[in-house]
Amino acid sequence: MPAKTFIEAIREGLAEEMRRDDSVIVLGEDVGKKGGVFLTTDGLWEEFGGDRVIDTPLTESMIVGASIGAAVNGLRPVAEIQFADFIHPAFNQIVSEAARMRYRSNNGYCVPMTIRAPYGGGVHGALYHSQSVEAFFTHVPGLKVVVPSTPYDAKGLLRSAVRDDDPVLFFEHKKMYRSVRGDVPDGEYVVPLGRAAVTRPGTQLSVIAYGLMAHYALEAADRVADEGISVEVVDLRTLRPLDKETLLDSVRKTGKCLVVYEDNRFGGYGAEISAIVAEEAFDYLDGPVVRVAGPDVPAVPYNHVLEEWFMVNPEKIADSIRKLAAY
Amino acid sequence: MAVSDRKVTHLGEAVGLSDEQLVEMYRLVALARAVDERMWVLNRAGRIPFVISGQGHEGAQVGIAWALEKGKDWIAPFYRSIATCLTFGMSARDIMTAQYATAGDPSSGGRQMPGHYGSHEHNLVSVSSPVATQLLHAVGIALAAKIRKTGEVALTIMGEGSSNQGDVHEGLNFAAIHKLPFVFVVENNGYAISVPASMQLSVTDVADRASGYGIPGVVVDGSDVLACYKASKEAVARARAGDGPTLIEAKVTRLTGHSSDDQQSKYRSEEELVAGKGQDPLPRFREQLATAGILTKAIEARLEAEISAVVDDATEYGESQPDPQPSTAMKWVYGEDWPSETPPPWGFGASDEPH
Repeated sequence: MPAKTFIEAIREGLAEEMRRDDSVIVLGEDVGKKGGVFLTTDGLWEEFGGDRVIDTPLTESMIVGASIGAAVNGLRPVAEIQFADFIHPAFNQIVSEAARMRYRSNNGYCVPMTIRAPYGGGVHGALYHSQSVEAFFTHVPGLKVVVPSTPYDAKGLLRSAVRDDDPVLFFEHKKMYRSVRGDVPDGEYVVPLGRAAVTRPGTQLSVIAYGLMAHYALEAADRVADEGISVEVVDLRTLRPLDKETLLDSVRKTGKCLVVYEDNRFGGYGAEISAIVAEEAFDYLDGPVVRVAGPDVPAVPYNHVLEEWFMVNPEKIADSIRKLAAY
Repeated sequence: MAVSDRKVTHLGEAVGLSDEQLVEMYRLVALARAVDERMWVLNRAGRIPFVISGQGHEGAQVGIAWALEKGKDWIAPFYRSIATCLTFGMSARDIMTAQYATAGDPSSGGRQMPGHYGSHEHNLVSVSSPVATQLLHAVGIALAAKIRKTGEVALTIMGEGSSNQGDVHEGLNFAAIHKLPFVFVVENNGYAISVPASMQLSVTDVADRASGYGIPGVVVDGSDVLACYKASKEAVARARAGDGPTLIEAKVTRLTGHSSDDQQSKYRSEEELVAGKGQDPLPRFREQLATAGILTKAIEARLEAEISAVVDDATEYGESQPDPQPSTAMKWVYGEDWPSETPPPWGFGASDEPH
């Protein structure tokens, strides 16, 4: 299988879905001739033309709101929000409209729309080019939230997202675009939404992670393996709908649970994972459910020393693994 | 008499409407009013908890919606759009089941407050309570119509208060750039709940803002059904021809409080309220058609009896329909069920018995 970068896999997934289905369009800021600020949509405008690859004005609410309307009228829009940090002007359209359209119309209408957005820190992006925004949206019934960590998953999950009849938020960690490579088979395959993956089997402790943190969790597991700690890593892949079965099976087996996320700790997505584990695997736990997460400052500071202080990294995860394993 | 005979021929002809169509338009204005008035009676009698009204707006709504092609074009309505929805194919029963929030209410199955009408069957987009969001949905529908070359036109409607929202600017700009088949209708009744237009708008006419997008902005007397129809017909033709959006501002009057929870005499003078009644589209249209000899006494009596029966039937129907069951309340969060993902919010997890 050819090895591809994370961003190449996403680009290929988009192009193949657009070839397969004329109703798939892409819209967003700079997605056309330029091919996106990260070049994720590079080549799509040349291949599919300006009708299907639309450079929008700087209007995030419009990008999402018009995508909702286009989805209602037979298209499958893939909207790009240039940085997840800029998704907030579209919050009302996503939460009040897209998420509720099916429920509020009693299944009269649905919104088959995908919103792609690069998220995450560690790239000198500071407060407004580094945010993790998934918790705002995982809170909302009606939305599906996907955070892939490998090129294989990114392509397969993106295809599932585009084909899904409900709104899907698809968050891509920008640090992984060119730093992560992996095997991506030629030909068509999909990775279903709502299925987690055990990416490393282990016996003593479960680390639950997603996105860039799924890689850091594996690195941390490697480090502590030499010390005799057997760690199982669960990559959630889809945050909502959550694959509770894989999560709980792992924790019930190992008896210890460490949740890792890059976002601020307080009220982050990992808090929900912790609560579920505490509620539904209490009898199996041999220690507290522990979170490793970003500090509770408004966002990632720019200065590299401060940025490193903010970011969760393999060593911070390994430290917490050691403490929890010894509990 | 010769003069009025000529009027008979010319009233509808000038805008391409037959006498039968004019009578039907009148019926819709009168039906919307009768349904609306019944809603208030039911509210004051304690039968339904909330009313949001379209009284005063009906003439503009019927005239404007009439210019669209039913079953093909799209409308993203707002909470006062009773006459719009009736014109576009919803029935009095459909409107009344929304007031009672019954299981079979086609707008939402009893999930939304009354006033949030929608129907996939009739291309009426489901509407929420945050105002002006629906403009972007209509713009997106128009975008899809253009890309898919369907020939459809999408129209959205809101009040002048809502027209100040940022989504309106973002959507009009985009629709104008791409010359989308889109019509933006503002029903300006002079009030955003209690705040007068002078405190909401830096211009007298919302239509003036159209020039900022390089599109036509038209002001029309919202109590003049035929003028509204004419303006809408031109805008729809322009949209369908690929010449882009139009902003139509219909100056209407709000004959009731904002809702059943509002007392408008607190912030509007008695003189103003009396003057507002002078802009009621219903008697104006009735007189216009009667003077032209189109609405005869016999037709009027027939319509009155028919509308009264339809409203009674819709009320009885709404009263008799079952409530939605809690066992259905988890349905349609997503297209498919995810039972393992979301247990009910009580007790222990779905997969474990309490210990």
